[in-house]
Amino acid sequence: MANTKTIKIKRSPGDQLVQVIIYILVGGFALATLLPFVYIVAGSFATERELTERAFFVFPHTISLNAYQYIFKTGDAVKGIINSVFVTTVGVIINMTLSATLAYPLSRPYFKGRTFFTNMVIITMLFTGGMVPTYMLVANVLHLKNSYWALWLPGAINPFNMLIIKNYFQGLPSELEEAARMDGCNDGEIFVKIILPLSKPVLASVALFYAVTHWNSYFNAMMYISDSSKEVIQIVLRRIIFLTSKVANESSFDWGAFGMPPQKAVKMATTVVATIPILCIYPFVQKYFTQGVMVGSVKG
Amino acid sequence: MSQKAERFVPQKRAGSLKQAYRSHKWLYLMIIPGVIYLLVFHYLPMGGLIMAFQDFSPYNGDTMLGAFFHSPFVGLAVFKKFFTGPDFIRILTNTLSISIASLIFYFPAPILLALLLNEIKNMAFKKAAQTMVYIPHFISMVIVAALTAQLFSTTDGLVYHWLVGIFGKSHAPDIMSNPKLFVPMIVGQNMWKETGYGTIIFLAALSGVDVQLYEAAEVDGANRWQKMWHITLPAIRSTIVIMLILKVGTILNTGYEQIFLMQNSMNRAVSDVFDTYIYTKGVVNGNYSMATAAGMFKSIVCMIMVLGANKLAKLFGESGFY
Repeated sequence: MANTKTIKIKRSPGDQLVQVIIYILVGGFALATLLPFVYIVAGSFATERELTERAFFVFPHTISLNAYQYIFKTGDAVKGIINSVFVTTVGVIINMTLSATLAYPLSRPYFKGRTFFTNMVIITMLFTGGMVPTYMLVANVLHLKNSYWALWLPGAINPFNMLIIKNYFQGLPSELEEAARMDGCNDGEIFVKIILPLSKPVLASVALFYAVTHWNSYFNAMMYISDSSKEVIQIVLRRIIFLTSKVANESSFDWGAFGMPPQKAVKMATTVVATIPILCIYPFVQKYFTQGVMVGSVKG
Repeated sequence: MSQKAERFVPQKRAGSLKQAYRSHKWLYLMIIPGVIYLLVFHYLPMGGLIMAFQDFSPYNGDTMLGAFFHSPFVGLAVFKKFFTGPDFIRILTNTLSISIASLIFYFPAPILLALLLNEIKNMAFKKAAQTMVYIPHFISMVIVAALTAQLFSTTDGLVYHWLVGIFGKSHAPDIMSNPKLFVPMIVGQNMWKETGYGTIIFLAALSGVDVQLYEAAEVDGANRWQKMWHITLPAIRSTIVIMLILKVGTILNTGYEQIFLMQNSMNRAVSDVFDTYIYTKGVVNGNYSMATAAGMFKSIVCMIMVLGANKLAKLFGESGFY
């Protein structure tokens, strides 16, 4: 665009038609990813009657907060969110500490044993003990059932994420490190004072990848956590969507003028509440996406 | 200070580990937690694979670890029982149906979308579309399952409602319970969730293409397809190969979370895959040896597929995965 002498080739009508089709295809796919969310958000603010009468709407005729009031009154979703925030926060701290401290030595060319330890990581990516031995270790040997440690420890280092950090460390210019060493800094000080501050972008993006994993994780929580006071939001959501008939029978709640327990709206509102925290961090992750998915970076 | 002194000491053997430790003590201290993690949560479970060769029962010892030493070894009997048992063929068929369908439909989808996005010259439109299609990647499987259930519910689902309008009441597909539609549903969910995000890696490769190549081709009279065939596709070929290797390696890995969430009594015959079988057999029913054998089979096949695909890629002159 800046180049004023761009050569303009006239498009043939057929080619212009192809261009239009391309826009329609891309736009259509983008809409298809967005529509379910629009439907759910709009429905969560609607009355039950409107939900049964109108198939699709973006703006409900009557705005109703009944569903949200119900959610916050019964407290399951709130409890789930609080627990999930806790699990995610502590989990990410553990992930980042272990990943960064493993990544740093592996990124130093003068670290003896580098190949050995790197291979130790690569092997875990190619071959695993599988679910049952891991489950037995966590549940029967370490006795972590009903403890959040069962959600934090088994996946404490994701090898892909660790290698992203390692490759970033490797790419940092070595002059700064050498200067610090001249000033008498040891490896620990160099890591904390030089390397970590320089690596903020990659650390931020990997931390966000870990955060998304923790927030979205369902299966481990289902396997290891049975204490209902420790339920995370995904467990609560699954129960409300698939297993509940409880909502309709709950009589302790005053449904107001509409008189109907908004079962469908409650499901939608719970989905919204479980989605919002992820959508809030989305704009921050977006900048860093590319680094995270560059699988080519796995190459030593 | 000792570091400085060391530089002037003539080194007898450069490879001396003791010396490496002395000059970089911190690096060795730092690596300890990570190595302990790898040993405990990755290598110790690999040792647990020994159960696949035992008639393992946790009651054979006072503790779980003790049970390993007191459970009798049975050689390959557990594997034999697994391969000849009634479940093997069924879960293998189900797993392969899902992964082959996703190789055919789900794998090329991000490549196609990336090629389409690459053709879009309106930057604002492109940016907006990209922002939208990336979102589902960050949504949990539970929410995807919840959205599916709500949109395709036969009582009040929006999409089901539309489908009734198109196909009529009796022919509208009930994807939640029709076993025939289980595989399309799983693949469709994955396509909805990951196609957009999958484009990133291809778009990144495309951003490295010199614009002058396209301009030169235009001057030479190349049309859209010729440019795509001769410039765009070669630029992402090695990325496609790497992604294909990774995909092939997961041929028996359908992921348990999604299948588990979408499984119900109506579709169980087609929805039981290796991952759900291992979970049910091992974790729920406590048949540790059998589940471990199934897991080990899966893990070995996975490794062979990755290494094989990698070798094949190198044979064809691509750079491969590592």
